[in-house]
Amino acid sequence: MKTLAELKAIRDRMQNQVGLRAEDHNHIRVVVGMATCGIAAGARPVLTALSNAVQERGLTDKIAVTQTGCIGLCQYEPIVEVMAPGQPKVTYIRMTPEKAIEVLDRHLMGGRVIEEYTLGSADIK
Amino acid sequence: MYRSHVLVCGGTGCTSSGSPQIIEKLKEEIAKQGLQDEVAVIQTGCHGLCALGPIMIVYPDASFYSMVKVEDIPEIVSEHLLKGRVVTRLLYKETVTTTGVRALIDTDFYKKQHRVALRNCGVINPEVIDEYIGTGGYEALGKVLTEMTPEDVIQILLDSGLRGRGGGGFPTGLKWKLARQNDGDQKYVCCNADEGDPGAFMDRSVLEGDPHVVLEAMAIAGYAIGANQGYIYVRAEYPIAVERLQIAIKQAREYNLLGKDIFGTGFDFDIDLRLGAGAFVCGEETALMTSIEGKRGEPRPRPPYPAQKGLFGKPTILNNVETYANIPQIILNGPEWFASMGTEKSKGTKVFALGGKIHNTGLVEIPMGTTLREVIEEIGGGIPNGKKFKAAQTGGPSGGCIPAEHFDIPIDYDNLISIGSMMGSGGLIVMDEDDCMVDIAKFFLEFTVEESCGKCTPCRVGTKRMLEILEKITKGQATMEDLDKLEELCYYIKDNSLCGLGQTAPNPVLSTLRYFRDEYEAHIKEKRCPAGVCKALLSYVIDRDKCRGCTLCAKTCPAGAIMGSVRNPHVIDPDKCVKCGACMEKCRFGAIYKK
Repeated sequence: MKTLAELKAIRDRMQNQVGLRAEDHNHIRVVVGMATCGIAAGARPVLTALSNAVQERGLTDKIAVTQTGCIGLCQYEPIVEVMAPGQPKVTYIRMTPEKAIEVLDRHLMGGRVIEEYTLGSADIK
Repeated sequence: MYRSHVLVCGGTGCTSSGSPQIIEKLKEEIAKQGLQDEVAVIQTGCHGLCALGPIMIVYPDASFYSMVKVEDIPEIVSEHLLKGRVVTRLLYKETVTTTGVRALIDTDFYKKQHRVALRNCGVINPEVIDEYIGTGGYEALGKVLTEMTPEDVIQILLDSGLRGRGGGGFPTGLKWKLARQNDGDQKYVCCNADEGDPGAFMDRSVLEGDPHVVLEAMAIAGYAIGANQGYIYVRAEYPIAVERLQIAIKQAREYNLLGKDIFGTGFDFDIDLRLGAGAFVCGEETALMTSIEGKRGEPRPRPPYPAQKGLFGKPTILNNVETYANIPQIILNGPEWFASMGTEKSKGTKVFALGGKIHNTGLVEIPMGTTLREVIEEIGGGIPNGKKFKAAQTGGPSGGCIPAEHFDIPIDYDNLISIGSMMGSGGLIVMDEDDCMVDIAKFFLEFTVEESCGKCTPCRVGTKRMLEILEKITKGQATMEDLDKLEELCYYIKDNSLCGLGQTAPNPVLSTLRYFRDEYEAHIKEKRCPAGVCKALLSYVIDRDKCRGCTLCAKTCPAGAIMGSVRNPHVIDPDKCVKCGACMEKCRFGAIYKK
């Protein structure tokens, strides 16, 4: 390596990965249910898709993608919960990697909740 | 790309409590669960909470596991890493609250800390240069080489108010300015990593946790003073630090961040390591440079100062590891940022190694001006077993004691000097009511006598005489004239020794005399050690009323000094007693006491 530009390229690439290790109260927390039910329903690809996309787009300083245990609504797994500081929690159900990316695009970046994917839209009896 | 990073401390403390085995087991379990492409295991430097090692942090949720055992790993991997259920019972207790898990930065230990020199310690993998670059590493060097003149760099340091963190507190910018002004066909940049104070391990942790920051700062120093060669003098007793430095230097050379024509600016700079063989005196600047030259590590008179005639007779600057660790951040954030922390004459932060009678043994970085009370009671978690604080020792064998009456003094260079101690490199040893101050002074004197290089008489002979008097005092054989002679010797040695080692050697005695003269006098006049430490002056006695005659003490006594029959009170024969205290530990009725 020789130039400042090359240094910057390494920094940009690494920054988001190292940024995963930040601790900040203002992070938006995106939590994927990863209990047995969630994993069986396909939560792992959802989690990796979200985590990778957040790192690729350089959003690790704003969004933390983590996992949690069973939320208790096993038939709706994979479940993704979005917790933004000062806002009510939004629970997305029956996620796929593609739908999760849509949530990232439209909700987390665009600021609009995708109602049709949320628990509220499901028919809970 | 990984969704989760598991950071395991690989500092000396956690390594000795088994972190390498934990990393191995983690990797094994992660592979077993098929998570190797999702979860990264990263070995980092010191997190500071050495008392609770081995330490492991799982990101992005920042769960802090302490005192991790190999047996815990399968559970952590299958529960937390796979299913996302944090294993709460294994978390650091301070982070667990009734409402859930609290962030590490909100715990008492970290809340008041401000990490500048330690900012990457425990966060990045010190053996991967890309991680350092990812946190802004080598950006300061790039900025200095492409946008600034050497004079600009020196001015920034002068404006920042940074003072040497090795103990002396000399303004770093001024040191660089003097070295720049002195012409020489060759100049050198040296790093003092020969941390020798008993109980101090700040520099070791920086080298282990963030070695590149030292390399970057030394290259900046090279540009500022006009040098193209650097030496890091590191003690061979720090094998992990040495290894990580070697890796760091190799990686920096591969990236051409060390070597010829750095960033295409025509600036050349390279660094070599020199290992110290364990002599305390080699932490003194002239002795250190003599040792790098390949000669016996002995000090020489100053002037000439290193900035005029240093290593191999050429203009040289020598800074301490922690000093260097601050510099890239000062360049990037500006001198005002740095000067906004700390007190009027002591800017920035200082790293302390907390040790002794304190809950949270470990490494802390605090803004200058934080009070001793905050450090000990809040960050350090107070003194164990409900004991009372007696004094804190700073500055190692060159420093002194801070008694309880100065508990609220803001810690900075000048305040500590004014109360007869010194900042030193940052060792902070806490003592409680069970510590004898004469014994502490004797401990440090034993160290200096051992480490005196022998070149000058005041230090070689004088410290030995001081130690002899201290031994007489602790044995109850001294007179008040001895005490006067001891004090006189202190001032003589202070004034006449060749180097810092001898000049500061009497400090532990002088400061304990200043604040705890009554303890010295109790040893001499009453032949009594108030703290019950000096063996020659104490005797173990059995309380006749409390003794049930269980015979346990008599069976335990290694010297056969306890007599008595079953169900009758026992007696200790003072002539036979070796004062080991085993009987007192064993007695179930609290019938044995020291007097």
